[in-house]
Amino acid sequence: MQNERGPYLISLQGIGKSFKVARRSAGLRQAAKALFVREHAIVKALDEISFSIHEGEIVGYIGPNGAGKSTTIKVMSGILVPDSGSCSIMGYTPWKDRAAYVKHIGVVFGQRSQLWWDVPVIDSYELLRDIYKIPAETYRANLNMLVDTLGLHNLINTPVRQLSLGQRMRCEIAASLLHSPKILFLDEPTIGLDAVSKIAVRQFIKTINKEKGVTVILTTHDMSDIEALADRILMIGKGALLYDGTLSELRSRFGTHRTITVDFRECLQPVDIPGVILLSWTPERALYSLDTEHVSIASVISQLSELVEIIDVAIETKPIDEIIVQLYKEHQI
Amino acid sequence: MGLYFKYLSILFKSQLQYRTSFWLLTFGQFFIPFSVFAGLYFMFERFGQLRGWSFYETALCFAIIHMAFSLSECFARGFDAFSSLVAGGEFDRVLVRPRSTVVQVLGSKFEFTRFGRLLQSAIILVWALYNLPIEWSIAKVITLLLMVASGVLIFTGIYMLAATLCFWTIQGMEVANIFTDGGREMAQYPLNIYQKWVTVFFTFIIPFGCVSYLPLLYILDKVHGNEILYMLMPLAGVLFLLPCILVWQLGVRHYRSTGS
Repeated sequence: MQNERGPYLISLQGIGKSFKVARRSAGLRQAAKALFVREHAIVKALDEISFSIHEGEIVGYIGPNGAGKSTTIKVMSGILVPDSGSCSIMGYTPWKDRAAYVKHIGVVFGQRSQLWWDVPVIDSYELLRDIYKIPAETYRANLNMLVDTLGLHNLINTPVRQLSLGQRMRCEIAASLLHSPKILFLDEPTIGLDAVSKIAVRQFIKTINKEKGVTVILTTHDMSDIEALADRILMIGKGALLYDGTLSELRSRFGTHRTITVDFRECLQPVDIPGVILLSWTPERALYSLDTEHVSIASVISQLSELVEIIDVAIETKPIDEIIVQLYKEHQI
Repeated sequence: MGLYFKYLSILFKSQLQYRTSFWLLTFGQFFIPFSVFAGLYFMFERFGQLRGWSFYETALCFAIIHMAFSLSECFARGFDAFSSLVAGGEFDRVLVRPRSTVVQVLGSKFEFTRFGRLLQSAIILVWALYNLPIEWSIAKVITLLLMVASGVLIFTGIYMLAATLCFWTIQGMEVANIFTDGGREMAQYPLNIYQKWVTVFFTFIIPFGCVSYLPLLYILDKVHGNEILYMLMPLAGVLFLLPCILVWQLGVRHYRSTGS
């Protein structure tokens, strides 16, 4: 794979990071004691994390809260220095060449704004132009492109505090792309957005990835983000990398389960089919769950049609959310 | 430096969004040091002089320190209010931008309402100068300007040290106020009225004496000896700031390795 697509853009090797956390016990007495003596616990936030990413990929970085997603993003964006391991991004070591490196990346923290609250959005953009020393020509071209594709025409002269969350997020994303970064880190970019804004944001991420070749790494809890965007999933839990692969691989690994809903003319006697679990039975509708590795859908339907008069059949694959929950369970995180 | 002024202008625009609150706060800031100054006035009314210092001489000292203080609170507020930047996680944003942390933190906040205070101190300065029989020279004017400028640097240095502590404690350290507010209260009087150790502390450790008391001796022609030395005393403010910047850099490094 490496030969096909050239060298890696991002490569992490055995990144480890521990935090010292003050241990707190319940009770006033313990709290008073903690004022003077504090017990510390070492928490491993990242344990030997290794992965590589090619230029132009969109990678979804998922895991439950506290799994180490943010820590990884912080290491990759040069904010945190890891305890061990090496990281090479575009030839830089993020935490060593911070100032030189961060010119090439854009970071969106979904929960925190990077825009100046009380002034029109365009003022923030102009300040960012000065912060990143963006050449006038590049700035104008990027601004026009971003305003057009994100539909910001009516927004950029409005003070940030008057924008809705969805409008603000579009402005935030534009802000992090003004300096034409090669890599975009998105930390929960769709958090709290309504359906329309979510789709607009996703669409845009796809566009800049395709047209500008920006490599995108996004963390999210919304699996539909991943379904819509990510070619590849990295799953982290308890500081360790648990899964690295495509979404369809993940689906085929867990997705051989199907749920079949059958509507039929009234039948009081529940029908049992070998190898299939009957989830519910009412006189007009039945719900079955099966594993396509053991029983084929066709045989289930043909067996059923011999016994009842089928009106309608609906087959559902397991939603991606459930697959993820199952994956978390499997790894006990 | 150019970037600093860009920050200044965007935050000034932000401030203009809240005009009423701006004027009220500025008005308040104008009167806050008033009571302190009134105390000074009545003390001299009662005692006439303080260890050989007249009222107007002391008022000059007062005005210089307060001008430096209000300027630093306006233009170095970013460090003064740094704890909120760390606690809110905004400092991460500073680290992903390709500029020095010092400029970015300075540019994160300005407190324009301190102009009220500055104005009040400036009026006292003019009043004191008007009533003092000083023979002015270019050198003395430069010294006076250096005193204010250098005082700003010292206050800024203290803010930086306090801000650095935030990397360890997250919450702002009130301890630092002992040195900013305390230092201001001490240095608004000529330092020779205090105990020896106080004078030594505020001359060699936190060199407020070098921007108020010592160069004042020169301006008021009270110097016996090397005038140039007294005149250049305010440069101690620069010397004070340098280690503060180093300590700050250490704090940033600590933050990046602990993430707290």
